[in-house]
Amino acid sequence: MQALYAQLLVGLINGSFYALLSLGLAVIFGMLNIINFAHGALYMMGAFVAYFLLNLGGINYWWALLLAPIIVGIFGMILERTMLQWLTGLDHLYGLLLTFGIALIVQGVFQNYFGSSGLPYAIPDQLKGGMNLGFMFLPVYRGWVVIFSLVVCIATWFLIEKTRLGAYLRAATENPTLVRAFGVNVPRMITLTYGLGVGLAALAGVLSAPINQVRPLMGADLIIVVFAVVVIGGMGSIMGSIITGFALGVIEGLTKYFYPEASNTVVFVLMVLVLLVKPTGLTGRAA
Amino acid sequence: MTALTDDTLPATPRSIRDEMIVFVVMALLLASVPFTGVYPFFVMQALCFALLACAFNLLIGYGGLLSFGHAMFLGTAGYCSAHALKVWALPPELGILVGVAGAFVLSLITGYISIRRQGIYFSMITLALSQLLYFIYLQAPFTHGEDGIQGIPQGRMFGLFDLTKPTVLYYVVLVGFLAGFLLIFRIINSPFGEVLKAIRENEPRAISLGYRTDQYKFLAFVLSGTLAGFAGALKVFVAQNASLTDVHWSMSGEVVLMTLVGGLGTVFGPVVGAFVIIAMQQYLAGFGQWVTVIQGSIFVICVLTFRRGVIGEIAHYFRRSL
Repeated sequence: MQALYAQLLVGLINGSFYALLSLGLAVIFGMLNIINFAHGALYMMGAFVAYFLLNLGGINYWWALLLAPIIVGIFGMILERTMLQWLTGLDHLYGLLLTFGIALIVQGVFQNYFGSSGLPYAIPDQLKGGMNLGFMFLPVYRGWVVIFSLVVCIATWFLIEKTRLGAYLRAATENPTLVRAFGVNVPRMITLTYGLGVGLAALAGVLSAPINQVRPLMGADLIIVVFAVVVIGGMGSIMGSIITGFALGVIEGLTKYFYPEASNTVVFVLMVLVLLVKPTGLTGRAA
Repeated sequence: MTALTDDTLPATPRSIRDEMIVFVVMALLLASVPFTGVYPFFVMQALCFALLACAFNLLIGYGGLLSFGHAMFLGTAGYCSAHALKVWALPPELGILVGVAGAFVLSLITGYISIRRQGIYFSMITLALSQLLYFIYLQAPFTHGEDGIQGIPQGRMFGLFDLTKPTVLYYVVLVGFLAGFLLIFRIINSPFGEVLKAIRENEPRAISLGYRTDQYKFLAFVLSGTLAGFAGALKVFVAQNASLTDVHWSMSGEVVLMTLVGGLGTVFGPVVGAFVIIAMQQYLAGFGQWVTVIQGSIFVICVLTFRRGVIGEIAHYFRRSL
């Protein structure tokens, strides 16, 4: 049973990353109509920024948790201002191609300087060790990742669904021209939205740094799984992305316990099944 | 949705004549390669990728469907052919047939799944499916995992042509490429191809005219996947191995890049793009991961400033269809 709970925990952690990343993808897609292929590369940048902050600036994990998303978010906003904004009105596919190119550049640069091996990032002192829950041993850091991700996801949902700013955002997603006519600076909102989505990816990167090590290609394979998550959940609803992300992480964890050979493929197989039964995705409207 | 190509010229007898002339010139140039001292291995490799890119272009350029998983057909056909040649010791022509059949079956399955969603979702689904296949091949015993299938015998084509001789192999690959290219050319200019273009330009209108667009897209997907498999089967004879590299997503990305550089939706663009990208990899091989950075930069530059691609720009300038 110990092993099962351990795999469930790993599943929940992966699920947190899926949720944070697919949430960002959904937010970006809503505003920019772009599938951000660079999301995995920016997730990786988040982890690297945390690594640099610690090793070059002596800035600890807690500050990195705040600073890395901001730094990568600003980088993302520069990308949006200099490149992505020129794609307005073009076929969606160009957004995918452009961000794929950006991902190749970012990953290539990091691979040149850091190779493909992982760099260690220590767990902060306050989160070291573990506690005995009676039925299992819970490493504190892992529990922290799950709870903190959940809080961030809920906060993002609250921001978009329940606040005035979120209302503007949803309105601009539906009809940007009309919202502009009301005096809202929509282009700036688009830039900030991209920054927000990218910041969420970077945050996931910082969270994963002590668990998975910091590697240039850490986001390359992850983003493909997240794409499958997005296809399963649909990008229509924020809460849908969060729930699908966590649920698929847990299913993956269970697969690791019961049938480890399929743990890499289970999300893709589920995607195929969902497509066969309900082609629009679990929460999605017809695209 | 704005179309991928901004100036589509109707297929007139003149445009088809233009394209045939260019085709003959291209065939003659390629046929003369062994006499020029150009390294034939390089050209053969480029020809395989050119055919792959042409097959991919059939889907995006004429059907408007961006597949981000075309490496799965290349790799699957490669593994099937390699297995048939090495383990079953089949002659080359049957080895190719096995590879093409493998890609055909795969395209039936993946097409049935992926055609259910459109646009951006279609790209993500094809990418996810190819990743699924990548993991399957990583674990399946017959692919030999990380090592791949190596040392594949080339044998004698139809018992006549000794494929171990580079020149003979070159002409066999060239004939294969030209046949595949002509088939795609024929498909594009057929009534089927015209319907495909109509779907690309305006799918709701095509539906309202009574076309069952899903069936057209499915058929285009199967044709494209099978032809990509043909390229993969030919590539086995050139590279003499079949490995996981051919199924990896980065390979799918390269195919997209080749077609984008040459020109989406142009007849000859993918061929030019394939030669450009393969040559670039050849000359920049010593620069390590900078090749990835350069490829990424080409993506960015092409999308931002050069969406018609090399051939597309030329065709646009002369107001011809190429």
